[in-house]
Amino acid sequence: MSRILLLQGNQAVVEGAIAAGVKFFGGYPITPSTEVAESLAERLPLVGGKFIQMEDEIASMGAIIGASLTGKKVMTATSGPGFSLKQELIGYACMAEVPMVIVNVQRVGPSTGQPTSPSQGDIMQARWGTHGDHWIIALTPASVPECFDLTLRAYALSEKYRVPVILLMDEVIGHMRERIELPDNYDEIPQAERKQPTCPPEEFKAYATDESLVPAMPAFGSGYRWHVTGLVHDETGFPKGTPAATKEAADRQYHKLYDNLEDIVQVEDYCMEDAEYAIVAFGGGARTAYEAVDRARKEGLKVGLVRPITIWPFAEKQMKALADKVKGIMVHELNCGQYVLEVERAVAGKVPVTSYAKYDNEPATPAQLLAEIKKAMAL
Amino acid sequence: MSMENLINKYFRPGRLPHIWCPGCGNGVITGCIVKAIDKLALEKDNVAVISGIGCSSRASGYLDFNTVHSAHGRALPVATGVKLADPSLKVLVVTGDGDATAIGGNHLIHAARRNIDMTVVLFNNSIYGMTGGQYSPLTPQGSKATTAPYATIEPAFDITELAKAAGATFVARATTFHAQILTDLIAKGIQHKGFSLIEAVSGCPISFGRQNKMGGPADMMKWQRDHGVMLAAWNKMTDEQKAGKFPIGVLHEDNSRKEYTEAYDELIARAQGGNK
Repeated sequence: MSRILLLQGNQAVVEGAIAAGVKFFGGYPITPSTEVAESLAERLPLVGGKFIQMEDEIASMGAIIGASLTGKKVMTATSGPGFSLKQELIGYACMAEVPMVIVNVQRVGPSTGQPTSPSQGDIMQARWGTHGDHWIIALTPASVPECFDLTLRAYALSEKYRVPVILLMDEVIGHMRERIELPDNYDEIPQAERKQPTCPPEEFKAYATDESLVPAMPAFGSGYRWHVTGLVHDETGFPKGTPAATKEAADRQYHKLYDNLEDIVQVEDYCMEDAEYAIVAFGGGARTAYEAVDRARKEGLKVGLVRPITIWPFAEKQMKALADKVKGIMVHELNCGQYVLEVERAVAGKVPVTSYAKYDNEPATPAQLLAEIKKAMAL
Repeated sequence: MSMENLINKYFRPGRLPHIWCPGCGNGVITGCIVKAIDKLALEKDNVAVISGIGCSSRASGYLDFNTVHSAHGRALPVATGVKLADPSLKVLVVTGDGDATAIGGNHLIHAARRNIDMTVVLFNNSIYGMTGGQYSPLTPQGSKATTAPYATIEPAFDITELAKAAGATFVARATTFHAQILTDLIAKGIQHKGFSLIEAVSGCPISFGRQNKMGGPADMMKWQRDHGVMLAAWNKMTDEQKAGKFPIGVLHEDNSRKEYTEAYDELIARAQGGNK
């Protein structure tokens, strides 16, 4: 049985978290993600989970790292300035391979910026926010139902690959209310499971892997005692700083994700079958783009939308294929032009790539976007 | 148990020798921690040791428990997550004066305020040792440091008073000279239900002692002997006699406050019972 609800995106994330089996949330109040914390403060105790409001954003990251080590599914939620503060321990979670989902409902930045205005200005920060080479997954929903679905998917990926997953929302989607159909009972929703060791504890090496390149992760208290560190380490989990160990650690973390792009990267095509011109847009920006494409089609223009659902890793293969198919690409995003840089790199001059960057704290209207498309197509 | 047997039982095979300098007090304190754990006969599988970054925080890697060498200053948030998510674990936090009271200072006062059940062993060597001798919030005013070539003008925290004021329900202090007392205090802290903090005054002959002409490792331990005063004696001293010295022993204990994870279990029961 299911129920039909009118929810905002942030609330759908909470439903997704409960359905995914989240049992721990550590957070700090910040707009426009506050509803996620408020709602989980109420919901988690009802399912025997724990909510804690920590003293700052850094501490909330620390708390979910600790809770994840005990085998729980964990979440934190934040926005711009808080996302900046979390970067320190996002790096730790990458290095130590601690599963978690970090919700970032983007707002206009830098600094305090525009607390409740929509932006997609954290695209590059989601990829490169913490120091050093690292690899991460970021997903961007474009509707309220997709907030629920992608929260579940974020846990599936995070637990499978032992990597922090960023649910990269924007204020348009976070605060928009839409119809959503949810199951009455979440018990039948498949739960992502963390790989467990098959060897006895005395033979266990915390970061030894099989062909999946993902190490098993027993919970603290399970009888497998292991060491977690942010230092470069070898398969034992203990620090090792030789050039060979350093390279091997980085290579494994790269390959565990980038050898599995088929599994990780999702892109939606809309009206692309016969499209001669493509808009690339995501999240709140894609909502404008659906309507702009519909209007273009009514005018007989062969325009389609390519919507990356997985923002990171970048949809390299899909964008290269797109360049073979269309005469031109326009990237529409709510920032000064970040994702477009990656598209340009992948397309490598094969077809013209233009940018419709909207960074005045308001989403574009379909009419504005359509006008930009026409301008670009006339080039 | 002999130290050799303690090492075989509680230290990870192949991880020694440690990285600490000759004469460093960190080994003494780490020894006191395992002696306290042994005294209480804790199951290794049920103990989590969480550290930050710095010389002292390297201890977690040597110890055969569930261990985390976290980020600089962040041991307490990670420990809070571990303890709240699985209250059946005994949680110890190993940290240093810079780690706990500068970059991690905010976390320290809030963990104390919550009265979450964990035991913090704060290795106080008065200096940032790993980076080569910069002053910390616990460096005595007037001391030399590589970042205080003209001596520090900043007063130091009394970290035991700070922890007490923030809400810690068990606060104690000893030194590496008073190792037996330190072991007992750590054991008492672990047994205490709530947030406990034990300041372990330690000597750093290389990065602090040398800059401040305090002599060698033995001289620094004698300094601890001569400046650490048992609480009973301390309480009889005049302010004049107390100048430059510090009390050791259990400095604060309050068993009246509810522990955080217990309070949270009650919250869950209340929420599931339909009462807000």
